[in-house]
Amino acid sequence: MRIVDFTSFLLFMVYCVFVNNFIFSRFLGCCPFLGVSSKVETATGMGLAVTFVMGLASFFTYFVNMLLMALGLEYLQTIAFILVIAALVQFVEMFMKKSMPALYSALGIYLPLITTNCAVLAVTLLNVQNNYNLFESVCNGVFGALGFMLAIVLMAGVRERLETSDIPKSFKGFPSSLVIAGLLSIAFMGFQGMVK
Amino acid sequence: MAEKSNKPTMRGVFVNGLLNENPTFRLVLGTCPTLAVTTSATNGIGMGLAATFVLICSNVVISLVRKLIPDKARIPSFIVIIATFVTIVQMTMQAFLPSLYESLGIFIPLIVVNCIILARAEAFASKNGPLISAVDGLGMGLGFTCAITLIGIVRELIGNGSVFGINILGAAYEPMLLFVLAPGGFITYGLLLGIINALTARRAAKKGGDQA
Repeated sequence: MRIVDFTSFLLFMVYCVFVNNFIFSRFLGCCPFLGVSSKVETATGMGLAVTFVMGLASFFTYFVNMLLMALGLEYLQTIAFILVIAALVQFVEMFMKKSMPALYSALGIYLPLITTNCAVLAVTLLNVQNNYNLFESVCNGVFGALGFMLAIVLMAGVRERLETSDIPKSFKGFPSSLVIAGLLSIAFMGFQGMVK
Repeated sequence: MAEKSNKPTMRGVFVNGLLNENPTFRLVLGTCPTLAVTTSATNGIGMGLAATFVLICSNVVISLVRKLIPDKARIPSFIVIIATFVTIVQMTMQAFLPSLYESLGIFIPLIVVNCIILARAEAFASKNGPLISAVDGLGMGLGFTCAITLIGIVRELIGNGSVFGINILGAAYEPMLLFVLAPGGFITYGLLLGIINALTARRAAKKGGDQA
């Protein structure tokens, strides 16, 4: 999947958001997906924060990877990328606190959680694996994160309704959420094969 | 946590990780690898053992340097230590177990962000000595391994009719492919979690009855 013109750009978007959805077909970022999906508002906040960090992380790790390649230190990828992400999250947090207090109070508590969101590290590693150029990397990060946001918001919508429903006690919470995620995932399988 | 005294015993810590606070079924941590690599029992074991190795090593090292790390730089330092061991595992696996390396794919480097490892570093290794931290890592790691192997066995059996690659259900069985695909992962994990919750609740109720 490469971006050469506007059509392929749109296809790439569909591919990242629906066909290869981070949660439903790649199982990446499941921890925050299950942890922060009990309310639509918090889910949206988390989704936005992840989108922001994933786009930035894709951008910066592209250059870090170039540097590592030039030095012949490819095996340090994992360590270097996770450090970049951790530093980035810290930096974004400080920057937001100073200059965008409104956005900070909305996203603030989710930011530290993002360091351990495996979708962020995964997207940087996938960019390298797929030999994406800078533009494709950033698109992959942003659209992938939008797919994550779609999943987590959909899930939160379902879970809000589930709160009041009568389900067996042992299935309250995680078990029922997982089964619902499974059903949502079946729905997303319908997108498979839409983009080759 | 059920720690009564300040000094937890080795056995207590080990059993705690394996059963009482099983990372997969009790704490619901590290869900990504749990769902992603459990398409077969073999993958489950491979992932579990890799994570166990990282967990033990990082617990020991973090426990050794816990007094040297300033509180504010705690999380980044933990992540670097964990990432180092993950890289070791990644390179070893690539050299000696190439087929397992292929099938686990991107989830090997992602052990770095496995919440179980960071959670144990933060909650246990940064407060306890190296030996007991190693035991904690072993208990938690084996608990994780057992859990994801169990999920792997169920999914492989239903989705492929086999366990560890050996055909069990015979040629007449029509495999339900759904279970080795993404939705099957969520559904199997959810159902197993529910069943284990129900069993635990029943056991607790029995115990409570005895005490009263």
